[in-house]
Amino acid sequence: MSVFIDKGTRLLVQGITGRDGSFHARQMLEYGTQVVAGVTPGKGGQKFDDQVPIFNTVAEAVKQTGANTSVIYVPPMFAADAMMEAADAGIALIVGITEGVPVLDMTRVYPFVKDRGLRLIGPNCPGLISPGESNVGIIPGRICAPGSVGLVSRSGTLTYEVVYQMTRAKIGQTTCVGIGGDPINGTNFIDCLAAFEKDSATEAVVMIGEIGGTDEQEAARFVKEKMKKPVVGFIAGQTAPPGRRMGHAGAIISGSAGTAAEKMQAFQANGVGVAKRPIDIVDLLKRAMR
Amino acid sequence: MNIHEYQAKEIFRKYGIPIPPGEVATSPQEAEVIARKFGGTVVVKAQVHAGGRGKAGGVKLARTHEEARSLARQILKLTIKGLPVQKVLVTPAADIASEAYAGIIIDRASKRPVFIVSPAGGIDIEEVAAKTPEKILRLPIDPRYGLLPFEAMQLAFFLYSDMKQVRAAARILQQLYRAFIENGGSLAEINPLATTPAGDVIALDAKMVIDDNELDRRPDIAALRDESAEAPSEVEAREASLTFIKLDGNVGCVVNGAGLAMATMDLVKYYGGEPANFLDIGGSSHPDKVVAALSIITGDPNVKTILFNIFGDITRTDDVANGIVTAIGDNPLKVPLVIRLTGTNEEIAVKILEEHGLSAMTDMDEAVRKAVALATGGKAA
Repeated sequence: MSVFIDKGTRLLVQGITGRDGSFHARQMLEYGTQVVAGVTPGKGGQKFDDQVPIFNTVAEAVKQTGANTSVIYVPPMFAADAMMEAADAGIALIVGITEGVPVLDMTRVYPFVKDRGLRLIGPNCPGLISPGESNVGIIPGRICAPGSVGLVSRSGTLTYEVVYQMTRAKIGQTTCVGIGGDPINGTNFIDCLAAFEKDSATEAVVMIGEIGGTDEQEAARFVKEKMKKPVVGFIAGQTAPPGRRMGHAGAIISGSAGTAAEKMQAFQANGVGVAKRPIDIVDLLKRAMR
Repeated sequence: MNIHEYQAKEIFRKYGIPIPPGEVATSPQEAEVIARKFGGTVVVKAQVHAGGRGKAGGVKLARTHEEARSLARQILKLTIKGLPVQKVLVTPAADIASEAYAGIIIDRASKRPVFIVSPAGGIDIEEVAAKTPEKILRLPIDPRYGLLPFEAMQLAFFLYSDMKQVRAAARILQQLYRAFIENGGSLAEINPLATTPAGDVIALDAKMVIDDNELDRRPDIAALRDESAEAPSEVEAREASLTFIKLDGNVGCVVNGAGLAMATMDLVKYYGGEPANFLDIGGSSHPDKVVAALSIITGDPNVKTILFNIFGDITRTDDVANGIVTAIGDNPLKVPLVIRLTGTNEEIAVKILEEHGLSAMTDMDEAVRKAVALATGGKAA
C-alpha cells in the first residue's frame, strides 16, 4: 500500500524529449513505472526509445492512453503553462519537477488546479516514489525499500540522505513525497500527513522541513489534533542567517518568523519527535514503532 | 534580487505614482551639483541593499548645496550592514503632513499577493505589526482579477478620510499593484506614503524586490542588478551558477542540494564547529562548478577546513571528484580537505580521488566530525 501513486499509476511525461525529461523517463521505466505517454509539442506521432508514444498535447495523450498522472520537466518559463495544461486535461495528480518557476505564475496555477479538484505536487520538487510500485520524478529508486514508514519533505538530496539512512537501518517506506522548496506549492505537509494517516500500510511518518513559512508549525498542530500514528521530524537551517534565501526560494527567515527553533518548538509542543541530526530520525522511528 | 530605491522609484514613476524628482550621485561633487539644481533643502539618501539606512546615518537633510556635498562625502564613506555605500540619491525635501505605509508581498498561506496598508507609516512595518496590529490592514488579492477598484478604495479608506486623498491613494495602490505584477516583484513597498500640507498624496520612498526566477524573461529588470552593491564572493558564485552565502565560521562547506547544505551546516554546529558558508553546487554539476566553488571558499581567510558533502543523484560524484582534482592541481590547498560522497558513480569517484592521494568517506556524520576536529585543532563535540 502507498499514497498518491501505486502500481496502477499511468504516467505521462511532459517534456519527455528534453535533457532531464528523457534521462528520468528512462530511469522511471527501468524502475518499473508504467510510463504510458510523453508530450513534446511538434513531436506527436513519434516514439520515445521505441516504446513510449509521444503526443503534441496533454489532452490527446490522455484520450489515447488513459494517463492519470503527469510529471513535468519543462523549462521554468513554460512550466506554469504545462501544469495548467495537465489540469485542463483532467490529470488527477500533477507533479512539477522544474526548479525556478516564477512565484507569480504559481499564484495563478494554484487556484487553476484546485478549482478542478486535482492534486499538484511541487514545483521545484524531487517527485515521489512508492518503493516497489511506482517512481514519479527524480528520487533514486535504489536507495529506497518497501516498508511501512511514510516520508514527506521540502528537500531533495536531504530526503535521499534520510531515506538512505533509513534503508540502511532496514526501515522501508510506503511512499516518499518531496513537496518542494518553493514558497507556493501544490501540496503541503498536512495534505501528506492526512494521506499517510488514512493509508493502512503506513505505521509512522517522517516529516523533513526547513526554515521559512509556517507550514511545519501548522502540520505539527495537525499531528496533535488529527493523527494517531507517530510522527518524527527534522528541520534544516538551524544555522541559517535571517533574510537570506538559502538555495530554495521558500527557505528564508522573514524578520524573526520561520526559524528552525520556532518549528522545532512546534514539533516538541505537539508530540512530534524532534531529530537534532538526520541520523536521529532512525532511532526515533525505531522507538516509535516498537 | 534587490534593486535600489532610485531604481524602484523610476519603475513606480512609469506607472504614474507621484514621486518627487531625484538624481543619483556617486561623488560629493555630483551631489552638490544636483542639490544646487534643485535649490533649497534636499535629502541625501544612501543607496544600499539594507534596511535601517536612517538609523545607520545614511539619510540626511542638507539645507544648502555645500552641506549636501559634505553630507554626501560622509555617507559615501559608510558601510551599512556590511555593504559599502557607493551611491546617494539627492532629492528635494518635502513638507510632510502625515505618513502611511503601503506594500505588497506574496503571502505563502493564502498563496496570493497580499496588500498591507497602515496609517502608521515611516517606521518599520514589522514593528507596527507587532505593537499595534489594529493599525494594519491585510488584503489578499486574487491574481486572476487583480486589485479591483472597490478593493483599492477599501484599502484607501483605511488610510485616509478626506475623499480627495482616498481617491488619490486608491489610484496609487492600483498603480503599485501593476508595477508589482508587471515587473515580477516579490515585494513592492511605499514607506512613507505621505500627504503634503496642500493635501497631495505622494510616495517618498520606494522599495522593490524582484523574484530571481523572473529575471530570465525580464532582461530590462535583470539589467538593474548592481554588482558593486553585493559581496564579491556572492557575485562570483552566481556567475558560476552556484548558490553561495557567506557566514562567519571556519568550516567551508561544498554540498549538492539546498536542504542537505543547510543540514550539513547544522551538523557542523552540532559537532562544535561553525560553518563558513552555505554553498549549493546544484544538480547536474559540471567539474567547473566544483573548481569555482573551491576558488570562492579558499578566498575566505577564515576557512580552516573544507568539507565536501555530496549525495550523488543527477549530480555525478565522479564529476565532483574530477572538479576537486583539477582545482587542487591548479592551486594546491593550504587547508585540510574532508570529502564525503555517496551515490551515482561513487566507485569511479573514489578511484579518481585515490589516484591523486585523496580519500573519501561515505558517512555524513563521520565526515563532519572529522572536518570540525581539523578546524578546531582536534576537538569535536
